[in-house]
Amino acid sequence: MDNSLNERKNNRRKFLRVSFLTGLSAVAAKTVFADIPIDPEKETGEMVTLLSPDGQLVKVAKEKINYMEKYISPEASRKGIPHRKFVMVIDLAKCKNARKCVENCQKAHHLPPHQEFMKVYLMQESEEAAPYWMPKPCFHCDKPLCVSVCPVGATYKRSDGIVLIDNERCIGCKFCMTGCPYSARQFNWADSPFLHVDQPYSPETSVPGKEGTVSKCDFCPDMIRDGKMPHCVSACPMGVIYFGDQLEDIVTNGEETIRFSELIAARSGYRHLEDLGTKPSVYYLPPVNRQFPVDRGFDHEDEINQRYKDVPYVKKMHKN
Amino acid sequence: MESNKRKQELLKEFLPQLEKTSIVWYAWVAFLFAAIFLGIYCLVLQILKGHIITGMRDNVVWGVYIVNFIFFMGISYAGALVSGSMHLFKTSWRGPILRIAELTTIIALFIGPLYILLCIGRLDRLPFLFMYPRIQSPITWDVIAITTDLFGCLIYLYLSFIRDFALLRDSGDTKLPKWRINIYKVLAIGYHDTPTQRKRIKNVTNIMSAMIIAIAIIVYSVLAWIFSVTLQPGWHSTIFGPYFVIAAVFSGAGVIIILMRVFRSVYHLEKYITKQHFVGVGMILMILSMFFAYFTFSEYLTKWYGSKKLDDNLIQILFTQYFWQFVFSNYVGTLLPIIIMGIPRFRTINTITFAAIVAVLALWMNRYLIVVPTLETPYMPIQDTRPEWMLYKATWIEWCLTFGGVGTFCLLFTLAAKFVPIIPVSEVADAELEMSAELAKGQDNHEATVTNSLKKQIVHKKEANEL
Repeated sequence: MDNSLNERKNNRRKFLRVSFLTGLSAVAAKTVFADIPIDPEKETGEMVTLLSPDGQLVKVAKEKINYMEKYISPEASRKGIPHRKFVMVIDLAKCKNARKCVENCQKAHHLPPHQEFMKVYLMQESEEAAPYWMPKPCFHCDKPLCVSVCPVGATYKRSDGIVLIDNERCIGCKFCMTGCPYSARQFNWADSPFLHVDQPYSPETSVPGKEGTVSKCDFCPDMIRDGKMPHCVSACPMGVIYFGDQLEDIVTNGEETIRFSELIAARSGYRHLEDLGTKPSVYYLPPVNRQFPVDRGFDHEDEINQRYKDVPYVKKMHKN
Repeated sequence: MESNKRKQELLKEFLPQLEKTSIVWYAWVAFLFAAIFLGIYCLVLQILKGHIITGMRDNVVWGVYIVNFIFFMGISYAGALVSGSMHLFKTSWRGPILRIAELTTIIALFIGPLYILLCIGRLDRLPFLFMYPRIQSPITWDVIAITTDLFGCLIYLYLSFIRDFALLRDSGDTKLPKWRINIYKVLAIGYHDTPTQRKRIKNVTNIMSAMIIAIAIIVYSVLAWIFSVTLQPGWHSTIFGPYFVIAAVFSGAGVIIILMRVFRSVYHLEKYITKQHFVGVGMILMILSMFFAYFTFSEYLTKWYGSKKLDDNLIQILFTQYFWQFVFSNYVGTLLPIIIMGIPRFRTINTITFAAIVAVLALWMNRYLIVVPTLETPYMPIQDTRPEWMLYKATWIEWCLTFGGVGTFCLLFTLAAKFVPIIPVSEVADAELEMSAELAKGQDNHEATVTNSLKKQIVHKKEANEL
């Protein structure tokens, strides 16, 4: 391959990435304005004049702006970000169970040590098959059984493909948890300090959690609205996780930006348990031409390593 | 009227049960209240401390509670099916045990749904089920089905009570307190056993008995679909609807036999609840245990014979970790009723009761084996280090609430038996009359046929002579 071709490719990638992020930022800006209540009488303190989306000048309390910027009410969170269909691509060839995705996600969502929206499994389909590390978020299925079985509409599928939970609506019947074949959902079994976060609740942040309700990975729509990547994507040191928009056909892991369809085609992307017909929004690239041996994933405290003791590969390792 | 006289006679016989309360009775009720209060205490603990004090965790999200839910609902549907079909098909011996079956239906139907409430994390949001209902959800189907069933069964039960309420109201010289007579008076809604009233109540009961059979089948199928619409390997089965219906009637028939045995001893009903009744319901139990065994066999055979990995995991865990429970629920529980009922020599009241007790316990265990091992073998492997997160083990809270439910069932039955005669007096008296009328009618018919054939013979002879 000659240099000019490479350069052109790089330029195109740069362009794609920039356009994707500006797209996201535009969406974010629009929603910021859309959510400012035009009700100046009730405000106290310093007022700021802003230009509303329909070209009018409105006065808004200063402190309210920052507050509203992130806040999407449970009602507003039922609508997706327009003209988007979010997808995730996870490159299994690059994962070495560094667990940075897990840790950052937990930190951002105020989760206790054992509660993980993103989990890393050590998969081995059979004794002869090769073991590999598999990070697993919520798959945000296009045919989500969890949404179908919810009796009160506490979990919902948005136009942008994201499946969210409104924990102010959830009655805690756990039917969705038996409905999900991917064990993506967790129940808040008890009250804990992690559930007391001084911030208004939004299904887009899943913070603060509520006792007696269900929670799960939310694809971080609050970050997307800010023009940023979900926490797991930006945290991964290997660039394992790509996130993007299927309609724009681009995904990025923060280092490179690629056409989604090309990536899937070139690397034989697949979805986990496709035969269940749930149509996940999360794709996997098979663990071929790996960058790390599987053993690199055991560089953790005992508690973590012990989780994988039933995998045939680990059993064999302990025997030898 | 002859029937009225007989009814009053019968009522006199049963009145002491309603009038007198022994010290043993009070002790029994106190014991039941203690069990219930212990349950309530556990419920309060669960609400205050959260579901963390149960054995349920993220994998096994439903445990003993949902097993009890299926169990009590099953008993309820069985009561409805047994009493409904006995009424509809005019089984001649139904009289004395009809009320036991009907009370079982309604009391179990009150307790069953309480258990699903125990699985719910936010009881304060229960109104959401009606405020934001989604018809796609099988839970909404269940809410609709159970409320329909509850109303249907209440109407059916009330219909069967009206005539006895009227009797109790009219039986002047009772030792019952005035307020109770007044309650009977209100509840009898002016029934005076006139021919029109009698005909009307008969027609309505017939319609309702057919309807509650249909409702019971639908409701229990809906309950089964809560499980079978999910993709869980142990639940995603097409036969779950009929399987659950059969299992329900099976366990319910067992509970009816146990209750028959209890009331027979406690109230000395040897004259009314006879061996014939035990053999009758025992036969229902046997036939249903055969059906149940057949369904269980075909359910597990298909899972075991094929080679799907997840089915295989489930069968593995059932035949290792849950081996004895599996043997008890699916071998002992089905074979014992068949052996005891199938061989006439073994059929005594006590052995039939024993078979019923084993069948009921086995059925409870069967539901446990449907719910828990399935949730312990999900699609994604359970990679965890916390033992309570990997395997389910019910805590004392869950057991106390289970016994609290059983206690409530016993208490409501005890109180109901104090309020109305446990033997439906009017029904039994009418059945006796009907029987004697039919006998008489049978004789008439016989005479008529004899005379007809005689006439024919004469005609034949005449014709022959003429030729």
